[in-house]
Amino acid sequence: MPQILVEDLAKTYRVAERDPGLLGAVRGLVHRRHRTVEALRDVSFSLEAGELLGFIGPNGAGKSTTIKILSGILKPDAGLVLVNGRVPFTDRIAHVSKIGVVFGQRTQLWWDLPVSEGFDLLADIYRVEPARYRANRDELVALLRLERVLDRPVRQLSLGQRMRAEIAAALLHEPDILFLDEPTIGLDAPSKLAVREVVRRLNRERGVTVLLTTHDMHDIEALAQRVIVIGHGQVLADSPFETLRANVLAERRLVVDFAHEAPEIIMAGVEIRSRQGQTLELAFDPARTPTPNLIAALAAAHEVVDIHVGEPAIEEVIARFYDLHGAGEA
Amino acid sequence: MDAARPYVAAFASRFLLMLQYCAAAVAGFATQCWWGAIKVMIYAAFYAAAPGAADASPMSLAQAITYVWMAQALLALTPWGADPDIAQAVRTGSVAYDRLRPVDTYWLWYVRSGAWMVSRAAPRAALMLLAAGLALPLLGLSDWAWGPPTDLTAAAFFAVSLLLAVALSSAMLMLVNLVVAATLTDRGAVTLYNPLVIVLSGNLLPLALYPDWAQTALLMQPFAGMLDIPLRLYVGQLSGAWAWAGLGLQVFWTLVLILVGRAALTRVMTRLDVQGG
Amino acid sequence: MNSLALLGRYYAASMRAQMQYPASAIMLGTGAFLVTIIDMLAVWALFDRFGQVQGWGLGDIAVFYGVISASFAITDFFTRGFDIFGSAFVKTGAFDRVLLRPRSPTLQLIGYEFRLSRFGRLAQALLVLFVGAALVDLQWTPEKAVLLAWTIAGGVALFAGLMVLQASFAFWTTESLEVFNVLTYGGVQAGQFPLSLYAGWFRNLLIFIVPIGCVAYYPVLALLDQPDPLGAPAWWLPTAPAMGFLFLAASFLAWRAGIARYTSTGS
Repeated sequence: MPQILVEDLAKTYRVAERDPGLLGAVRGLVHRRHRTVEALRDVSFSLEAGELLGFIGPNGAGKSTTIKILSGILKPDAGLVLVNGRVPFTDRIAHVSKIGVVFGQRTQLWWDLPVSEGFDLLADIYRVEPARYRANRDELVALLRLERVLDRPVRQLSLGQRMRAEIAAALLHEPDILFLDEPTIGLDAPSKLAVREVVRRLNRERGVTVLLTTHDMHDIEALAQRVIVIGHGQVLADSPFETLRANVLAERRLVVDFAHEAPEIIMAGVEIRSRQGQTLELAFDPARTPTPNLIAALAAAHEVVDIHVGEPAIEEVIARFYDLHGAGEA
Repeated sequence: MDAARPYVAAFASRFLLMLQYCAAAVAGFATQCWWGAIKVMIYAAFYAAAPGAADASPMSLAQAITYVWMAQALLALTPWGADPDIAQAVRTGSVAYDRLRPVDTYWLWYVRSGAWMVSRAAPRAALMLLAAGLALPLLGLSDWAWGPPTDLTAAAFFAVSLLLAVALSSAMLMLVNLVVAATLTDRGAVTLYNPLVIVLSGNLLPLALYPDWAQTALLMQPFAGMLDIPLRLYVGQLSGAWAWAGLGLQVFWTLVLILVGRAALTRVMTRLDVQGG
Repeated sequence: MNSLALLGRYYAASMRAQMQYPASAIMLGTGAFLVTIIDMLAVWALFDRFGQVQGWGLGDIAVFYGVISASFAITDFFTRGFDIFGSAFVKTGAFDRVLLRPRSPTLQLIGYEFRLSRFGRLAQALLVLFVGAALVDLQWTPEKAVLLAWTIAGGVALFAGLMVLQASFAFWTTESLEVFNVLTYGGVQAGQFPLSLYAGWFRNLLIFIVPIGCVAYYPVLALLDQPDPLGAPAWWLPTAPAMGFLFLAASFLAWRAGIARYTSTGS
């Protein structure tokens, strides 16, 4: 049986509509209007132990609803959810002892306490056996390079340091599943790289199953073997990222540096995407214009300095994907 | 009146902003009704318990009841904590912008503090007047209600005195603001100062009901002018020459606090400049 | 680690965090002491002028006041999490984090903060209580000590119930309802006087709706060896604090309904 099994998950919210201002609030008490929002419908997927899954989609698409249901905070309206053979919501305490959750924008540590004391407290909350806790903590501190921040109150940490401390905090009780909700949001570039590196190592070396939501497509590119795209509460795609890219964009990019002024026209079926001095970025469909043919033609007609093959940026892939499914930003 | 324009504008903008905190006003109103009701019932019990002492009291029960409701209504006119905006401006350093404007910093803060207090007090006072001044008599509970002023003279004295109370409270609030600015913290000093205000303004108990031997001292101190003097004028407990003396005391303390405040501002600003430099 | 030991750990951590600003903690404690001690100043002034009220003296009122104020101070030590629940947990979504931990939400909220500054209020309450007891020449016996402890326990349960109820409402309003201060702070205010001083409707409110009278007025009558001037039977006086526990139990029903709502709407 897969470690996470989700079948036909559905969740609707009733949102009270309220007019702005005090008058609206008073009116809302007397007569409430409701709007139903289908957050999820018929969502199904499964995840084997040790997988690293990226969850992407625009705001309001259903990512966080799914994470909340999987972590036992939210009760679904219909459908089956099994994590480690348990129903998260009904078996909350047993379930949450076995998972780790990091919300990018919220801290699970104590603002005024030194990091190490927060860790100690978490070990008590999660009932981690002292010897195991010490071994675990030391390993995580080394892995996340936290030695220098252990004695500092959380409020004094930089965002990057704090995020690394958060990840360690989520792993002290050795969960076998880690949910990461926007773990790199707001981080500077080195911190992002560090977080990605840690997640990758946890997944590879410790076999932790990771479910990651993010807006940063570089996270997905760097980490996820598999991607689920969600939009309007439905799973739009569930595949390795490369497959997704190939399916959505049957398009290649070629960047060509010319020794002279770049030409206006190349050949039929090849589109000029951008022009910068003597450099052109070309887009073409390899099925209609085979790449070797194009290169040969270029070399024959012009004096070419350099050629390299590019790929469309991942944001572009996703944007195109939503266009195809009519599921852009809500 | 071009000279007054920046101050008028500062008053108006702050006033409108504060009105939006109506929800908080409703919660505050409920609290004040509860407190007022308890006090009214307790005073009534004490007055009934000792008829001799009640007759000898400088304030009748009806006067005390009106005083209680009005003290609850005007609670926010008393200078409690520091104006949070000014405290924050000092903490974040944006106070520097106030110094760049072609206006007098003291008066700018002074009118903003005044607007802050008046805007918080006005909706609550109006609600309280409706509840204790109108609803209670309509329900046949006139004995427990916020009564009208004794006569027209008392009403006139009260109106002037209320304005002076705002002026005096604003001057006091400025001093609190400056303490906050100087210490860069608002909690410590203010928590020790609050009990003083509660007692000495008459908010806790009408000053006239404290022991007779303390009366002169209680009337002379500056906090009396922030609440007690206007209310005594309203219920007619201060009249004739005493009424004029009450107004005089308010004017006197307002001027003193403004002078102290201006001197303190200069010193605080010098220190802030040094820190900022 | 069992729940009680964990609570101890929470509180140790909370106190260490507060002691990072020792001056602030001491000032707040002193401020709380002063703000509450002045309540007695007004009572003293009234007795100075009027002598007595319905046969009660300053000492009696001090005992009534000390009991209810001590109950509230003790409650206030550990209910901060419930007090600011709406703004700090529901509105910010921080309650998610609570649900993500393998411990009961109630335990985690009780563990949220141990408010050191409340020692000021407790010190004041106990001081007033014992000075009042000395003024009325109260003879302490083991039975009376037990009755006092039981009364304060009932009061703590009642105030804790009010805090839990306030937090439960926050699941719907997402704001902390300041109106509840009327019942907590205002409850102390109301409970410091014998109920017989109040009008009938207010008395009934304090007995049947928010049973402040049951954790102050009735048991303190028993403590002072006085019969109820309003005619409640003698057996009821020391029994009444049980109502505080009933109130707490009822509040937890609302709390559970609130959590059920949160987990089905996620906000």
